[in-house]
Amino acid sequence: MHEELSTESRTRRTLGGAARVLLALKVDGPLLTGLGLVAAYGLVVLYSASAENLPMLLRTLLRLALGAVIMLALARVNPNILRRATPWLYAMGILLLLAVAAVGHVYLGAKRWLDLGPVQFQPSELMKLAVPMMCAWYLHERPLPPRWSDLAVLSAIILAPVALVAKEPDLGTAMLIGAGGFIVVFLAGLRKRVIAALLLLAVAGMLFGMRFMHGYQRERLVSYLNPEAHPLGAGYHIIQSQIAIGSGGVFGKGWMAGSQALLDFLPERTTDFIFSVIGEEFGLLGVLVLLLLYAFVIGRSLYLSMQGPDTFSRLLGGSVALTFFIYVFINAGMTTGLVPVVGVPLPLVSYGGSSVVTVLSGFGILMSLYSHRKLMG
Amino acid sequence: MSPVRIKDHWREQRIFDRRAWFAGTVMVLSALAVLGRLYYLQVERHAYYSVLAQANGVRTEPIPAARGLIIARDGEVIASNRPTFDLMLTPDEVPHLRAALEHLVKLKLLQADALPDLIRTIKSRESFDSVPIRLDLSEREVARFAVRRYEFPGINLSPQQARWYPFGSLAVDAVGYVGTISAGDLKHINQAAYAGTAVIGKTGVEAEYEKQLHGTNGYRQILVNALGRPVSRPGVLARDLHVEPPVPGQDVILSLDLKLQRLAEKLLKGRDGAVVALNPWNGDILALASSPAFDPNLFARGISEKQYRALVNNPDLPLFDRALRAQLPTGSTIKPAIALGALTDGMVNPTKRIYASSDWHLPGSDHLFHNAAHEVCGWVGLRMAIIMSCDVYFYRLAYKMGVDRIGAWLPDFGFGHPTGIDIPGEQPGLAPTPAWMAKHYPHDYGWYPGDTVILGIGQGSFLATPLQMAHYTGILATRGLSFEPRLVTGLRNPRTHKIHWKRPILDGNLTMISPASWKVVIDAMHGVTTNPRGTAYWTMINSPYPIAGKTGTAQLTREQANGDYNRKATPEKLRDDSWFIAFAPVKAPRIAVAVLVEHAGWGATAAAPIARKIMNAYLLGPNGKLLPATPAEPFSEPATLTPRVLAGVPATLTALERASRPESPPIGSRVLASEAP
Repeated sequence: MHEELSTESRTRRTLGGAARVLLALKVDGPLLTGLGLVAAYGLVVLYSASAENLPMLLRTLLRLALGAVIMLALARVNPNILRRATPWLYAMGILLLLAVAAVGHVYLGAKRWLDLGPVQFQPSELMKLAVPMMCAWYLHERPLPPRWSDLAVLSAIILAPVALVAKEPDLGTAMLIGAGGFIVVFLAGLRKRVIAALLLLAVAGMLFGMRFMHGYQRERLVSYLNPEAHPLGAGYHIIQSQIAIGSGGVFGKGWMAGSQALLDFLPERTTDFIFSVIGEEFGLLGVLVLLLLYAFVIGRSLYLSMQGPDTFSRLLGGSVALTFFIYVFINAGMTTGLVPVVGVPLPLVSYGGSSVVTVLSGFGILMSLYSHRKLMG
Repeated sequence: MSPVRIKDHWREQRIFDRRAWFAGTVMVLSALAVLGRLYYLQVERHAYYSVLAQANGVRTEPIPAARGLIIARDGEVIASNRPTFDLMLTPDEVPHLRAALEHLVKLKLLQADALPDLIRTIKSRESFDSVPIRLDLSEREVARFAVRRYEFPGINLSPQQARWYPFGSLAVDAVGYVGTISAGDLKHINQAAYAGTAVIGKTGVEAEYEKQLHGTNGYRQILVNALGRPVSRPGVLARDLHVEPPVPGQDVILSLDLKLQRLAEKLLKGRDGAVVALNPWNGDILALASSPAFDPNLFARGISEKQYRALVNNPDLPLFDRALRAQLPTGSTIKPAIALGALTDGMVNPTKRIYASSDWHLPGSDHLFHNAAHEVCGWVGLRMAIIMSCDVYFYRLAYKMGVDRIGAWLPDFGFGHPTGIDIPGEQPGLAPTPAWMAKHYPHDYGWYPGDTVILGIGQGSFLATPLQMAHYTGILATRGLSFEPRLVTGLRNPRTHKIHWKRPILDGNLTMISPASWKVVIDAMHGVTTNPRGTAYWTMINSPYPIAGKTGTAQLTREQANGDYNRKATPEKLRDDSWFIAFAPVKAPRIAVAVLVEHAGWGATAAAPIARKIMNAYLLGPNGKLLPATPAEPFSEPATLTPRVLAGVPATLTALERASRPESPPIGSRVLASEAP
């Protein structure tokens, strides 16, 4: 009896060894594992999709490392400090967006980058985090569900950066920023009637807008707002992407054997359309593995955020989880032809940009909110 | 206004949880939608997208088949393929285009003044397509480039196959030539089968046997990327690529005897004329020459505008194949046919002599028909009339027979319709057959007795080609057998070298003509060369073998027709055409020859010596003696038809389909009628 107990406790102690390290780091083990597996999967795919481009792989590794460091750092920060810093962060983001509009670096007809000497920085990426944080901060002290006056303030918080980013122009990111803010308001208990009304308004607005545009104008508008995404016309992208995925079948053509990817028929195959490379080379099974990893990450994130001790934690955590889902869904949807082509990367897998750092920072905050829950409450 | 609300943590937690669950449900449903879409793409429509992906990256490149050779009966190759080297440039791989081209100019591989055009051409192509910048380099040029190849990245020698006629113009009218495929050619070929083929047979055997010579092109699948650029290392994707090797074209074996062909062309040199020699027992053409000729190699690699204009504007018409296409009056060479017709129809008693002066009155008219040069024949029978070519005798005979009778006989001797030679372009000539008469002179309206009279000496409404004359001579030589003249005796498989021999086509047998009639006329033709009064006596004197021949002097102007003809005073283009037909040896003929020399005057003086030299070359050995009957030839058929073989064979007419040709009555219909019990 005693023996058994001691064995059990020793086991618990040894098991707890790793857990204690994670605890000390304020990191959630399962979530970290999930994120690591997704990133590893992404590296394997990128090696093939980039046609064995090692420098590209190295840059991705460096970004992942940077993102991981920031994530671990953020996980150790007390959520109260995060919460108090939120308005300042948001204000800084708005100022940076204004700076981009004034002195931003023009690339491919769009002003998105701030040239900070050695590094270039996209303030809109910062806003992907700052807007939901700001919304959560605003709702934190107020009783839920939000009142009309709260909604008015929240609308201003969300729409100001959305408008600035949309004007860059970067419609995709603007939409994602807006979605991040909206998710916080939704989780805060925005009334269903208001949601329904907003949805109706959005649909009506879209139909109304389309009604008065000719086909070429619509196309021109889309390519004007997002010139990078359609160098050969959106149709070509989506057709080649579906050919790639469809020809992969159940088991795929094999790693480094996707003809659509290797022969350049698949556009943007290391960035926005890397999902198609997975579909082509690893087939339905490979895609299922990736989607299960994503589902685990999202599910775990949602679970963690439900454990949040206060409104700020829960809303922000939930927003991180749901925004991550939206990334995955839109990317998978657009490569399979389910939703229109908008330049949304597949999180942690697509090559490039500050999005890796942003995503991992979000999860760092989520971990911080969860691991510090006992300090608050 | 509104009541002060206090934060209710439990309630807020509940709101959040409910919302989170709701969001979770939406996420699961969305995920199901994505999975459904993936199932549709990757399972339901997998086959469809697989085909699309395969078609995306695979380009099919043709591999042209090697064109079949054309080989003469003695084994000499008369049309072959020659490896050539073209200089190809791939713009993508050339660092400094202009500098590279100027360097090539320095090496004398390019013309300096061609550079601007060349650069424009190169710029107009895809940057990864290789562009030919110089065709057909000489051996020295190839060597000059090869040693400096390292200085020219992106420029390569590309081996090609080009048609090559090693003997130039030799037998060009029989062999024909190939040229670049024209818009007109595209209409009647399967364009898919010609992908990768640069040239197509335009005339002669090259055109008629295009299908057999061309072979079947193969193809090679290559991997291309989205820009159409071939992928140099297809790696793992190469496993699905297919290669179909080409099937080379068949070799065509000709009946031509190149020794004879060379001689015929040599003898015609500097003159306008034609020679056709054939084996009368199977229709094999031994020589087919038309002068002047031209070099088919000009066409094989693309003739220049200037060269083509020079050929077309030449007044001697080198592109005009006189042997098959020149339709001319044949003069007295027609007389043996008229005589055989008259004998068979009982219109003439061969032993009866009549007095023939230098001219003849058409009964009931004061129109005079003269003998050539106003010669007086004296008392002549049919035999002597042929020997000395007495026009007056044949005026009277033709008048007696009438146009209907003559017109009915001429097709039996191969006139008025194509002979059926196995190359395209043959002209039918003209004969006043009953059908032709009914069409052009209904109820004989407009046809005068004089028109009939001059038919008797091969003038007026009678035109024939040199080929028809040789074919006719062959019918005389075999005493009535008509074989379709042919150039191609067999097809050889280029791999196994197995030869498929073609059977000679017998398309007529004039069995209604009695052996006695044949004897009279052929004795007379023998007399033409042996009787001191014979028109070809002096040119054929002392022949080591007996020759049957007939001269012809075809008149081209009214003065000539009236006999008031002074050769020297007449412009050359209006002077008489000189004809000679002959076969030898008389009893067992091995060769039949027809010779035309345009505007050369008497048949005996210009054409007959040529015929004699050709027969000598064919029949005589180096010792000047007659060769044995079957000369050893690498490509001689195992069972050549000989007079002896044929004697036992009834008229097995393999080509009575002749009847299907319009305007020509079925040859041998009379044969069949006469054979019916």
